[in-house]
Amino acid sequence: MEMEKKMMIRKDNPYSNKLGTMLRETSLKLDTLASGYILPDEKRCVQCGICSFNCPINVDVRSHAMRGMAIHESKCLTCGECVRRCPRGVLRFVIHD
Amino acid sequence: MTNYVIIGSGAAGIAAAGSIRREDSRNKIQVITDDPFGYYSRPGLAYLLTGEVPQEQLFPFNQEYYRELNIQLVKGCVRFILPDQHQLVTSNGSYIQYDRLLLSTGASANMSRVPGVELEGVVKLDNLEDAVHILKNARKARTAVVIGGGITALELAEGLAAIGIQVHYFLRGERYWSSVLDEIESKIVENRLIQDGIKIHYHTELDEILGKKGKVTGVRASQQQKQVQVDCQMVAFAIGIKPRMDLAIKAGINTQRGVIVDEGLHTSQADIFAAGDVAQVYDRMSGEHVLDSLWRPAIEQGWIAGLNMTGGNYAYEKKYPFNVTRLGGLITTIIGRVGKEVLEENKPDGDADVAGIMRGDSEVWRKQSLGIVAQTFQESNRLRLYITPTYITGAIIMGDQTLSRPLQILIREQVDISPIRKLLLSPQYSLMETLLKFWEDYTKKNA
Ligand SMILES: Cc1cc2nc3c(=O)[nH]c(=O)nc-3n(C[C@H](O)[C@H](O)[C@H](O)COP(=O)(O)OP(=O)(O)OC[C@H]3O[C@@H](n4cnc5c(N)ncnc54)[C@H](O)[C@@H]3O)c2cc1C
Repeated sequence: MEMEKKMMIRKDNPYSNKLGTMLRETSLKLDTLASGYILPDEKRCVQCGICSFNCPINVDVRSHAMRGMAIHESKCLTCGECVRRCPRGVLRFVIHD
Repeated sequence: MTNYVIIGSGAAGIAAAGSIRREDSRNKIQVITDDPFGYYSRPGLAYLLTGEVPQEQLFPFNQEYYRELNIQLVKGCVRFILPDQHQLVTSNGSYIQYDRLLLSTGASANMSRVPGVELEGVVKLDNLEDAVHILKNARKARTAVVIGGGITALELAEGLAAIGIQVHYFLRGERYWSSVLDEIESKIVENRLIQDGIKIHYHTELDEILGKKGKVTGVRASQQQKQVQVDCQMVAFAIGIKPRMDLAIKAGINTQRGVIVDEGLHTSQADIFAAGDVAQVYDRMSGEHVLDSLWRPAIEQGWIAGLNMTGGNYAYEKKYPFNVTRLGGLITTIIGRVGKEVLEENKPDGDADVAGIMRGDSEVWRKQSLGIVAQTFQESNRLRLYITPTYITGAIIMGDQTLSRPLQILIREQVDISPIRKLLLSPQYSLMETLLKFWEDYTKKNA
């Protein structure tokens, strides 16, 4: 008799495979407003793009948000515009001590 | 050689294409879609209406992404599935061969049957084409009538009001979204709509849409015994949705309220999978098959279905349904079981404006749970919890979202809250403070 194979659970992010080319990284050091980073909760993200649209320096915030990837201050002004505008509370500003 | 075919370019379909490609770099993946715009953020359509985001911003992926995925996008409508031959028939009469097929056809808006629905100016909000159509029509409209309950109706009302149109919002019942919100929450939302200039008509049943030369000129409705008439140039419906399962039914696949799938997202037919709004998925917690109309679960189901189409053996673990939405400008998080009635098939759930499932809705929310506690603070912030003797099983967090992340975790991880249960149940203590303190201790302990 054939044994039923036990089903497995997988918890990886659906979009992480294409990360390399999706995100335009910058090595620029910006004058940040505060020391910290943006931490997204990808489970809340509906990919509407309001965050990217409102970023004054055109960081593709959505690409990070839908993958649950933090945006560090080296490429972010930390102005908080995306955090404020997101209609789903996806983004959180974490301040360094 | 394995030929993968996906019907639908929505959240589930595109996620499935991604996971198939991750496991199988060689074989052909075809995505057939009848949406001329392909893949975009459907929840984002609400913000296209309010003007918060431009149309071109709704597309999360650029051409490069699709090139790398190496999928073939085929525009067309699938008419039949022939499971024995492993073939599809499209509307232009061509045949497409598949080895593994995914049904990710989503759901479509129910249309009203009142006289006049065929008039120009009657709209719904299913897809980007609809949103573009609404925006175009809105330029000519001064007044609009919105019909229906739930999130999409509200998004239509708010979107049209944001454009500067006078909106009349008709509710059959006595308050907004009574199947999920309680009286106070409905009131909070309604007050904010009124502040935005939206006129709410309660106990109002649409009888007829009036027109002239093929265009909407007004509506006639009954308000209990009274007859009312409102002049308008647009009528927007959001009265629930229906899974697009006609293909499955014609192919003899097992369906109920949606296409029935097991935990591996297999349908009753070999080599055919289903995911997203069209699928009625197994919920371990209740042992039943339930419908969701939620963005994130559609992605997660598509992802798992894709893995299994390549020969994987993964289970889709249905978790507590969770949605974040914006109601009357207030961010609102709904987690787990928050409803007042046990859902049974075809049993009216007490909300006259909601027939079956709505967008951004889950049947699980309407399942009952024990003890309810709720508190309102600073006028429009509200917290409502459902608790059993040991767990929190559901929550609504409206306005201030400080507790939404902690509650997400306390509910998901089934954290034992019995030490604070008494405090939670005593009205003289602040729910917010009790939970924040508990959360602080919990995170310290688990750090
Ligand atoms: C205005 C609006 C607001 C929403 N807001 C939220 C929200 O805030 N939160 C949330 O969680 N969810 C929300 N939703 C619901 C969410 O968008 C859906 O749950 C999700 O899109 C389901 O994904 P899917 O892939 O199953 O279906 P869909 O995204 O609907 O995609 C179905 C695809 O199948 C195609 N198709 C169907 N039949 C055929 C056929 N016979 N031949 C070819 N192609 C076919 C369609 O063209 C489409 O591309 C909202 C939906 C709308 C419309």
